[in-house]
Amino acid sequence: MSVRVRTAIGAVFGATLLAALPGCGGGTSTGGGGDGHPKTLTYWASNQGASLEDDKAKLTPELQAFEKQTGIKVKLEVVPWTDLLNRILGAASSGQGPDVLNIGNTWSASLQTTGALLPFDDKNFAKVGGRDRFQDSALASTGAPGKAPTAVPLYSLAYGLYYNKKLFADAGITKPPATWDELVQDGKRLTGGGHYGLAVEGGNVSENIHHAFVFAKQHGADFFDAAGKPTFTSQGAVDGVKQYVDFIARDKIAAPGNAEYAQNESVADFANGKAAMLLWQAAGANLQKHGMKPDQYGVAPVPVQSGTPGPGNNIDTMVAGINIAVFKNSGNLDGALKFVQFMTGDAEQKKLNGEYGSIPPVKTASQDPAFNTPELTVLRNAIATSAAPLPQVPKESQFEELVGGAVKDLLADAAAGRPVTTQSVQARLAKAQQQMQ
Amino acid sequence: MTTTVHRQAPPAGPDPRPEDDRRRLFRIPDRVRRGGLPYLLLLPALIFELIVHVIPMVLGVVMSLKELTQLYIRQWWQAPWTGWGNYRVAVDVNAPIGRALLDSFLVTCAFTVLAVGLCWLFGTAAAVLMQDHFRGRGVLRAIFLTPYALPLYASVIVWAFMFQHDNGLVNHVLHDQLGVTSKPSFWLIGDNSFFSLLVVSVWRNWPFAFLCVMAGLQNIPRELYEASAIDGAGIWQQIRLITLPSLRSINQVLVLVLFLWTFNDFATPYVLFGRSAPAAGDLISVHIYSASFVTWNFGAGSAMSVLMLLFLSVVTAAYLLLTSRGRRNRG
Repeated sequence: MSVRVRTAIGAVFGATLLAALPGCGGGTSTGGGGDGHPKTLTYWASNQGASLEDDKAKLTPELQAFEKQTGIKVKLEVVPWTDLLNRILGAASSGQGPDVLNIGNTWSASLQTTGALLPFDDKNFAKVGGRDRFQDSALASTGAPGKAPTAVPLYSLAYGLYYNKKLFADAGITKPPATWDELVQDGKRLTGGGHYGLAVEGGNVSENIHHAFVFAKQHGADFFDAAGKPTFTSQGAVDGVKQYVDFIARDKIAAPGNAEYAQNESVADFANGKAAMLLWQAAGANLQKHGMKPDQYGVAPVPVQSGTPGPGNNIDTMVAGINIAVFKNSGNLDGALKFVQFMTGDAEQKKLNGEYGSIPPVKTASQDPAFNTPELTVLRNAIATSAAPLPQVPKESQFEELVGGAVKDLLADAAAGRPVTTQSVQARLAKAQQQMQ
Repeated sequence: MTTTVHRQAPPAGPDPRPEDDRRRLFRIPDRVRRGGLPYLLLLPALIFELIVHVIPMVLGVVMSLKELTQLYIRQWWQAPWTGWGNYRVAVDVNAPIGRALLDSFLVTCAFTVLAVGLCWLFGTAAAVLMQDHFRGRGVLRAIFLTPYALPLYASVIVWAFMFQHDNGLVNHVLHDQLGVTSKPSFWLIGDNSFFSLLVVSVWRNWPFAFLCVMAGLQNIPRELYEASAIDGAGIWQQIRLITLPSLRSINQVLVLVLFLWTFNDFATPYVLFGRSAPAAGDLISVHIYSASFVTWNFGAGSAMSVLMLLFLSVVTAAYLLLTSRGRRNRG
């Protein structure tokens, strides 16, 4: 009897203890950062290579080099894109996270408002080598203008126009199109017999938003005004979105089936010769994986309405890329900043960007001859002269979801043969704007 | 036996026996010792129930009353209270957000009714047909159960490939081979997405109905069928008058479980359509996910979840009340 009672009491006591533990467990590391573990770091890398394993193989030797230099051991976790944002939000709300992490640069302003990441004010920037080392366009996508950046650029990417040299020659086209009118004309000549002029990834919300952004810019419109209020239904935004949707709706230079592509089928279509042109960021490695050789495709700047790519209305790509950030609750802030400095140093920038097929956002590293291939030269020039960051507003991800979804719906309408008019585009964008809370 | 008697023998009050010295560590009044012990033993379970179910649910309700966006996720308890604000937005069907939620709710209801009905129909039909012994019955049963045994992601992504517009198997068979449709149809975008979702969901869940009904059929005595056959009952009369009434209690649970699973299903539409589903396939769980996680508005998402929880509770309670009362009356 007494034994049983005591066991019962023990169990109750144990359970109560367990219940109380999660409540106080968070206290240990939410104390605002410091040097709780000076000899280790945890690093969440985004998936840049062909697979998570591929990333691990590429990063591990670099992390070992960093350990040799500083004596700090870095624990690496490569997080797939589908999980990364959820994981970061989880880390922000619990205060338990990595020390250093990669973020998609379009999330910068949104994540900045959570206050979970260490702001790179002048003092912190000085510790990683200074702000002047980086391209201006890459710096523009590290947070809201006028605030201390929430992250530092790590890899930069831009869109280019990839075209199939043989299909172009067969159709008698001698040079890639420089304006959208030329692209549509060429596209019509290349379309026929099961082949299409252009491949678009119409079911992919993020791809849609990247294109909608550039087209709106070229029509002189922004999706947010200076005060951060959504302006989705401005004439320029409507015209821009319509011009993109018209590739399927009016011009019919992209296959209707493209409207449901969301698993990079458009890259495969281009590589297999089913489509003659593709708008993509650093597609080279991906194309070669599908069996296309580098001499079979050419890369040109993304077309503009008229003239040549440049600032203002002749922006022809978003600033795509990855930033590296430090978690404010890190138990090893010094080590984390050292690691950021290491990763953005010239040597690592050349090596990692070279392996991933991206462009170094660090000016000195991007001058390296390794980035002088025809493909990367086009992308590098775009980043330096004609790229603009997606809106750096706290509601960026909501904007991406709602407007990207609207474009997806409009493409689906076009694919099903329903008419897409200025009015229908406007109505769909108005609905998206109303859903912005 | 003797110990039991012995244990109850001492009167209330201080226990004089020397053997109980050990017990001083935990001095428990006799009343508690006799009457309270069962409750004491239940306490751990109660505490775990609190941790696992009640506290998260209460936290969800609390969050739904707050304006919880990314600005506050680091200290979510400091997010400003909005009172019923999130709920007002969610149920205001004249505004876009409420309207979208209502549309998604209606789609989910239609989808659930059809999916549960078809699952039950297929499951029952297959189980009844396979009630008698025949060669290959075991093999067929195993084949029928495969969809249920396959990992969800793998099987649904295969369906997504089959539903593709250009290279999918479904269009190849329907359009290229049979010529049923005049041009290839879209299954993953537009209005057809409702039917593709329905097909995949029924394909995944009917084996569960089959399994349950098959188990239920084992308990029906063969003599009933033999006796009814002698009385001249045909196969339909046997099903209507013997099989279905005997399966009543199984069906009650089966339909409820299928209803809750289907209504709450997140993985199937998410794998099939991704995070932004077409309107016709926009099931409510994915809708709430995009309303909270993707757009970083956790308060609104919590409010929608609470509304969904209330709806499911009301439906479940009403269903159990109705079906149980019916059974009691018959009994």
